[in-house]
Amino acid sequence: MADSDRASGGDILVVPVDCANLALLQRLTIDLQATLARAATVASWDLSPQFAREAARGQYNSSMILAELFNRRSDPPTRILGVTDVDLFAPVLTYVFGEAQMHGPAAVVSTFRLRPELYGLDPDPEILSRRLLVESIHELGHTAGLTHCHTPGCAMIGSTYAEEIDLKGPGLCERCGDVVRAEFTKK
Amino acid sequence: MDHKDYSILIVDDEPIVRDSLGKWFSEEGYLVETACDGGAALDRLAQRNYDLIFLDIKMPGMSGLELQRKIRTINADATVVIITAFASVDTAVEALKDGAHDYITKPIDPDYLSHLVEKLVRQRSLVAENTELKERLVGMAGRGSILGESPAIQKLRDMIATVAPNDTTVMIRGESGTGKELIARAIHAGSPRRYRPIVPINCGGLSETLLESELFGHERGAFTGAQFRRKGHLEMADGGTVFFDEIGNVSAKIQMDLLRVIESREFFRVGGNTPVKSDFRIISATNRDLEAAVAAGSFREDLYYRLNVFSISVPPLRERDEDVVLLAQHFLSKYAASMNREFTGFAPEALEALRRHRWPGNVRELENAIERAVVVGTPPTVSAANLPISAPREDGPADEMSLESVEVAHIRRVLEKCEGNVMRAAKTLGIDRVTLYNKIKKFNLPR
Repeated sequence: MADSDRASGGDILVVPVDCANLALLQRLTIDLQATLARAATVASWDLSPQFAREAARGQYNSSMILAELFNRRSDPPTRILGVTDVDLFAPVLTYVFGEAQMHGPAAVVSTFRLRPELYGLDPDPEILSRRLLVESIHELGHTAGLTHCHTPGCAMIGSTYAEEIDLKGPGLCERCGDVVRAEFTKK
Repeated sequence: MDHKDYSILIVDDEPIVRDSLGKWFSEEGYLVETACDGGAALDRLAQRNYDLIFLDIKMPGMSGLELQRKIRTINADATVVIITAFASVDTAVEALKDGAHDYITKPIDPDYLSHLVEKLVRQRSLVAENTELKERLVGMAGRGSILGESPAIQKLRDMIATVAPNDTTVMIRGESGTGKELIARAIHAGSPRRYRPIVPINCGGLSETLLESELFGHERGAFTGAQFRRKGHLEMADGGTVFFDEIGNVSAKIQMDLLRVIESREFFRVGGNTPVKSDFRIISATNRDLEAAVAAGSFREDLYYRLNVFSISVPPLRERDEDVVLLAQHFLSKYAASMNREFTGFAPEALEALRRHRWPGNVRELENAIERAVVVGTPPTVSAANLPISAPREDGPADEMSLESVEVAHIRRVLEKCEGNVMRAAKTLGIDRVTLYNKIKKFNLPR
């Protein structure tokens, strides 16, 4: 791990996990900083997800990727967010947008099902970028111990299809925001 | 209701399924526990009840279907969803027959799972709300709704408590306006049939043909205007209680029909050929002297004995003086609240007038008097002038008069006062217009 990756407690390290669009990740770090008021940087290293591939499903096991990200966490503790272009699944579910460790440091998000072109629409970098930010904040919220929220607009509302993500914003409601602020500033 | 108020048990022999599903539900905010097989699940169920149980169908040892049957006896309220690796119609049908709510195939579409669980939670929440409202409704109609502290009313409440839980046929005797229907509803509310309907039928207010159609229903085309098949009151009361009000007023033909129905709980709709079965409890009420009617031959003796299994007499208001003020205060609060008039009580002379009046129309008359007082009076207290009971209590000759003579004299007096206007007179007397017309006809009164 490079020295530049050693962020202080509560900061966010974005790790490319077979993610080709580095510009997207750079923008994500800027947006995360603006939304969560925590420093966010793109890691100087990346992680190949091949070890988590399940050939029969043609998908990647998110829990395995999560475990690997956890193994590579830095000290002092940093939120470590993997971003991947591959399609993720949790063993009993057909797909997931992402997964996180409840009260843990690691989370992973996939752009695969966030892309409008998957649904027969024209590619739209703005929509993709916004959806990625919302889902990243959602998974990071789980690392702070948050469960799904029911406050309209809050990023912690659960989503099972892409358009549902568009109905919420990257912002957190007052209660979720308080929890994230408190958890992210813990040493 | 919050998600954390819902508990979910996941029973699956694959740790990866338990962990993955458990994590997913935890993120949703549910209280989640897991079990690796039937035995572990039964141990969990011995500790607590769960709202939703996700059950793998193929497990070593006890199968999911076997466990589901056991769950039915331990945690009957739980909603069971079967998880299966392969969609097998036979197994799914068997599970659903055994009471499973749904079945899902692994791997599970998160969107489907999310909607399924939301739907089940909403359903459980509605069922819980429904049960609570029913209980509240039963409480409102129960013995607590019969107000009064007099020994007569306390005895009445004891009798209701005794007879309500049994399926005994009850006959309620009492003067008009004493609250016979309220007693019937209290009996129904205290019975195991309380979640099914109580269907009141006013036997006195309907012609023979109409009563027959109301009681038994009719088939399409049974008579002119019968464009559709219609269920009768006896059919609608299936599982519940049927309340025959003014049973003493039914014709000889209806008496015979009723006798047959009471014996067989089976009848034909008017114009129909197929017998209809209905399971109902019978409560009847009358203000007539049925024994005299039996002796005179106007009421069938066999029907009388069928209906009069357990008899309850409701005392007239004049025999429970101590309840008059209490009831008046109750009606005052009720109408003051509904009309948004800030009445707090009665002036001393109004209380005296209430106590002195004989209340021939009983509680209904008292209620009407208080309702009127709330309309015409000036808050915060009801004065004697606001009460339509200026005539002093007749303690003298009336004590030697028969009930019927008192009734005739009172109806005559009210009709005169209302200048023959039946609608106004019925309102003053606290009875419905049809009943007054019947009484005018019966007593041959001038209008």
